Amino acid sequence: MAKKIMAALVGAAVLGLGANAAQADTLTDVKAKGFVQCGVNGSNLAGFGAQDSAGNWSGLDIDLCKAVAAAVFGDATKVKYTPLSAKDRFPALQSGEIDILARNTTWSISRDSQLGFDFRAVNYYDGQGFMVKKELGVKSALELSGASVCVQSGTTTELNLADFFRSNNMDFKPVVFEAQDEADAAYNAGRCDVYTTDASGLYSIRLKMANPDDHMVLPEIISKEPLGPAVRQNDSKWFDIVTWSHYAMVAAEEFGITQANVEEMKKSANPDIKRFLGEEADSTIGADLGVPKDWAVQIIKAVGNYGESFERNVGEGSPLKIARGLNGLWTKGGLQYAPPVR
Amino acid sequence: MALADARTGSGEPPKVSLLYNPALRSTVYQVVTIIVIVSAVWYAWNNVVQNLARANMSAGFGFLNSRAGFDVAQSLIAYSSDSTYFRALQVGLINTLVVAAAGIVTATIVGLLVGIGRLSHNWLIARLCTIYVEIFRNIPPLLVIFFWYLGVLALLPSIRTIFQHVKDNPDAIFFISNRGIYMPAPVFGEGFGVVLAAFLIGVVAAIAFTVWANARQRATGIRPPVLWINLGLIVLFPLLVFVVMGSPLSLDYAVPGSFNMNGGMVIGPEFLALYLALSLYTASFIAEIVRAGIRGVSKGQSEASYALGLRPGQATRLVVLPQALRIIIPPLTSQYLNLIKNSSLAVAVGYADLVAVGGTILNQSGKSIEIISIWMLIYVSISLITSLFMNWFNAKMALVER
Repeated sequence: MAKKIMAALVGAAVLGLGANAAQADTLTDVKAKGFVQCGVNGSNLAGFGAQDSAGNWSGLDIDLCKAVAAAVFGDATKVKYTPLSAKDRFPALQSGEIDILARNTTWSISRDSQLGFDFRAVNYYDGQGFMVKKELGVKSALELSGASVCVQSGTTTELNLADFFRSNNMDFKPVVFEAQDEADAAYNAGRCDVYTTDASGLYSIRLKMANPDDHMVLPEIISKEPLGPAVRQNDSKWFDIVTWSHYAMVAAEEFGITQANVEEMKKSANPDIKRFLGEEADSTIGADLGVPKDWAVQIIKAVGNYGESFERNVGEGSPLKIARGLNGLWTKGGLQYAPPVR
Repeated sequence: MALADARTGSGEPPKVSLLYNPALRSTVYQVVTIIVIVSAVWYAWNNVVQNLARANMSAGFGFLNSRAGFDVAQSLIAYSSDSTYFRALQVGLINTLVVAAAGIVTATIVGLLVGIGRLSHNWLIARLCTIYVEIFRNIPPLLVIFFWYLGVLALLPSIRTIFQHVKDNPDAIFFISNRGIYMPAPVFGEGFGVVLAAFLIGVVAAIAFTVWANARQRATGIRPPVLWINLGLIVLFPLLVFVVMGSPLSLDYAVPGSFNMNGGMVIGPEFLALYLALSLYTASFIAEIVRAGIRGVSKGQSEASYALGLRPGQATRLVVLPQALRIIIPPLTSQYLNLIKNSSLAVAVGYADLVAVGGTILNQSGKSIEIISIWMLIYVSISLITSLFMNWFNAKMALVER
């Protein structure tokens, strides 16, 4: 719609004219303006990026933005959010309108290379799934030949969908929407038989339906969707801070440091923990990264460790009740693994 | 300036400093303007290139030849996810043209009827037309689209209801559901080309006959039965050929499949919502333009035609409208251009128009500057072509003064 075109146009215009300042060094920029501008999900994706009736943001992606702000400023409230649609998110980052894109965005090779972004941390390992109405009696995604499928445009989902049906010799009728809200409404109204997006998203959208129990997520996961924050390429200082803000949360969980016990843990005898929390006498980790010495402490105080953030946003503490699965620590059979803090 | 000098009456030019020399001044202003524009464009272009290089992104249109990878919901030409981005853009452009053309035709007809209706002496018709205009003219087109899509078309019977309906009425061939309107699709058999040729011959013959009839009426005052003979030429003659050729046309019916109706022809709710909204929205403006045009024709014209014995319908059609058209056409052109540009609101309901498809490509390939240039170029071209046509039409309709 016109607004979206405007956003894209403005993005392109900024890319063309005023991007010099923003592109130079994001950290200096962020410090100068006093807050982190974070691009997040604009369609209330519960668990990842959603706004309550009071206007407060919450979600895994939101926690990541807060963690970065806590690391840089020691204050997790110094974040400003830019709600974005799937289609507007890339121009927004390219143009320098936002500093971090934390909008359940899949890390793929073309986005990493061709679009001029950098990805490294993965704050949620996801995969694409299908949701159908139970009354259809469908038990597997392989029974979906001929179905109408609601999908969001400009996503990896849209590409995987075409590939999945093609490789299984099935046909489908795509019903493509730009905004997730519109796709939700269309699926709810019976415009399509199937809704497809990342499995975590499906659980979140299912909760929005008039009667969530009427819908089921099919067992097939047809793709790898590592979701993580993206920043502009060739800005390694900023890239390091964003990446390590996530790893700090994971490392904290590995060390058993929680929001509640972080002050206590500062006194720990374990040299790894002391170094991580900036208690080692002549540690330069924070300074080398370009943030205050107690950056990890600030992150943990603000959002807790990765496990706490997960449970609060998408796990048992949330209506989504998603199991840790792939997102468990590597020590517990998951994929979340922080490089050593050394 | 020569004119101004002539007016002052003094033969010799006034002695002024070079600073106030008008010819020099205007040249300087123009040169400065050109320098500013050129350097602004150069600066912008240079910046784009530099920033793209800094972000490790390449510029250029080579990406149009890569595989698209995504499917498009509505396509009038062969397209699959294996086609190129370029092909996808063509699909989008055709969809834009289709909805714009259908919208322009419908908006013109509805606008004309409503505009005339507002001037009707029938109290009810005039008031209804006024209400129509005031409602649609005062709502943003996006809301009108949502109204049709979510408020009307989404509430139609679900596909399951249709399946049940087919079970109960096996003879039904026409279905209206919230997934669109299903109807039989024509399948052209061998020899249908002959029927088509017969139809074209009929049309040409009808035109020739009308010209002859007009000449005869002018010469003798007797009007031959044009309507009936033309109807025979255009309808009966091809029909006869159709039967002689052995009815080379069959119908492909829509039948229930596992999830959707299969076969037949379907008009999707996305197209319908956009088409209805654009037509009805623009029609309200056209109605006002038509009303203004008719009002702009002096009342004496219709009084004179009544005095000549024309009936009100004839007076409107033969005397008032042709004159009103001269007032109507220029603002009508603007409305057509508005409709074409408003068709980009298709994105809101997922109709695969140029902007929707282009947006997807922009997102999948990251080529924002290229895609936006393509968008602008295409919309400017469509609009200019429409303007050219309307200007030609306007010139043709203009009062020829002798």
